[in-house]
Amino acid sequence: MNLESLLYFIQQLLNGLTLGSAYALIAIGYTMVYGIIGMINFAHGEIYMIGTYVAFLAITALAMLGIEYLPVVFLFALMSSVLVSSAFGWSLERVAYRPLRGSNRLIPLISAIGMSIFLQNYVRLGQGSRDLAMPSLVTGGWTFGPEDGFQASLSYMQLLIFVVTFVSMTALTLFIARSRMGKACRAVSQDIGMASLLGINTNRVISATFVIGAALAAVAGVLLGMQYGVANPFIGFIAGLKAFTAAVLGGIGSIPGAMLGAMILGIAESMTAAYFTTEYKDVVAFGLLVLILLFRPTGLLGKPEVEKI
Amino acid sequence: MLSVNGISMQFGGLLAVNGVSLEVNQDEIVSIIGPNGAGKTTVFNCISGFYRPTAGAITFNGQAIHNLPDFKISRLGMVRTFQHVRLFNKMTVIENLLVAQHRHLNTNLLSGLFKTPAYRRQEDKAMERAAYWLRKVDLLEFANREAGTLAYGQQRRLEIARCMVTEPDILLLDEPAAGLNPRETKDLDELILSIRHCYNVSVLLIEHDMGLVMGISDRIYVVNQGTPLASGAPDDIKANPDVIKAYLGES
Repeated sequence: MNLESLLYFIQQLLNGLTLGSAYALIAIGYTMVYGIIGMINFAHGEIYMIGTYVAFLAITALAMLGIEYLPVVFLFALMSSVLVSSAFGWSLERVAYRPLRGSNRLIPLISAIGMSIFLQNYVRLGQGSRDLAMPSLVTGGWTFGPEDGFQASLSYMQLLIFVVTFVSMTALTLFIARSRMGKACRAVSQDIGMASLLGINTNRVISATFVIGAALAAVAGVLLGMQYGVANPFIGFIAGLKAFTAAVLGGIGSIPGAMLGAMILGIAESMTAAYFTTEYKDVVAFGLLVLILLFRPTGLLGKPEVEKI
Repeated sequence: MLSVNGISMQFGGLLAVNGVSLEVNQDEIVSIIGPNGAGKTTVFNCISGFYRPTAGAITFNGQAIHNLPDFKISRLGMVRTFQHVRLFNKMTVIENLLVAQHRHLNTNLLSGLFKTPAYRRQEDKAMERAAYWLRKVDLLEFANREAGTLAYGQQRRLEIARCMVTEPDILLLDEPAAGLNPRETKDLDELILSIRHCYNVSVLLIEHDMGLVMGISDRIYVVNQGTPLASGAPDDIKANPDVIKAYLGES
């Protein structure tokens, strides 16, 4: 392998990991909600989309006030996006899922699809259905390689995505492992009835799960919004579907699984786009999902469900 | 302290429990016995808030509880086990005991984030209580093992410890001796007696092991086909012709 093709490969790997990081942030929401109440929240992609929109609005608002100092803009966008999306995530569960708890599994699923359509159109009516564009805030990066040949580059934006994802995932892992609410989350996901009988307010735990998932999706929304610079009310659909695929790939219900699945999916996509054709990247992504479901239905890190007696 | 007044539970056309009343006083060990399918567990489910009885009333420490959600009943000081072990298998032994103390931990997210002194004090106390009960049920050496990997008898003991760390006023045990060998049953017998004696916790027990029931109960209620059949001290129950008939069949 010569230097040029090595650099090209490294570049694809970096792109894949960036994409995978964003998928991982969204996938957590799917996997945690599934782990706790066993439903697929198909409106989760819309929470991500709302996160992007709020970030755009926040950045525009600051720009109108003349504030353009990057750390301030980024933190403000991140915080407002996380707050608004969390509120949406919380309300979503309260309004659309809690009243249906205990009913047939299909019913909350249909409710989720309904909420997804509702949220898309809610944003479409408020913000218009055309693409919203924004100049990139974070520009520049490092390049490696010879002057006259192919140069691999790591942009500052990609670095920011890695760092923020890493920090979020570490915080989440510590939260689940150490905190009281984290312990309660694990207890509820294993046996919701027993958790309740031991005095855990399971409704609060479920709400917390939705809020955490929504907050992480909002982080992804801010980061990917800044990376791509465009948003429209329909970006949540495909991003949500990809993140869902990542969650299933890694083993739905498992948090490390979602992270792993997202990275594999991101890398598979960028490699397909680089070595094959861009058009086929979705085919590969969903083809992977089909293969996993055929040969390892519990996902990479999922454990087969033990029949309860 | 616990008083159940004529509760009934109907599932569609099936009347699983029909007008059962019972009373548990402070520091008492009371048992419910009856043939399989008599509705004993259904009574438990009604008391602990797992089901909502279709008729009747339940009061606990002077408060009506038959309309409360289960986690609120538990916070009032009632805790139960099931016929089969229901531990949080993928959590460690000590985590099982910590998570059960949620109702005692009334701090908010912010104090947890900043680890305020009050928060730390509560954490330490929870840990102490957990360690105390692990020692008590002889499981301290397994504190960091996953609960699901323990032997069956140990899992049973951990369940009782998990109930006790919630510092209940009353403990509801549904067939705690099921699947235990005679030695383990004897240990259980002593554990239940010491729970009542040392911690002033009342116990309501469902059990098929007649040796255990007759040995430790202050009073016994007999249910048959959902209806109350008899109640009284162990010796009266042993001699009661209706009870003998229900258990041994007509002869």
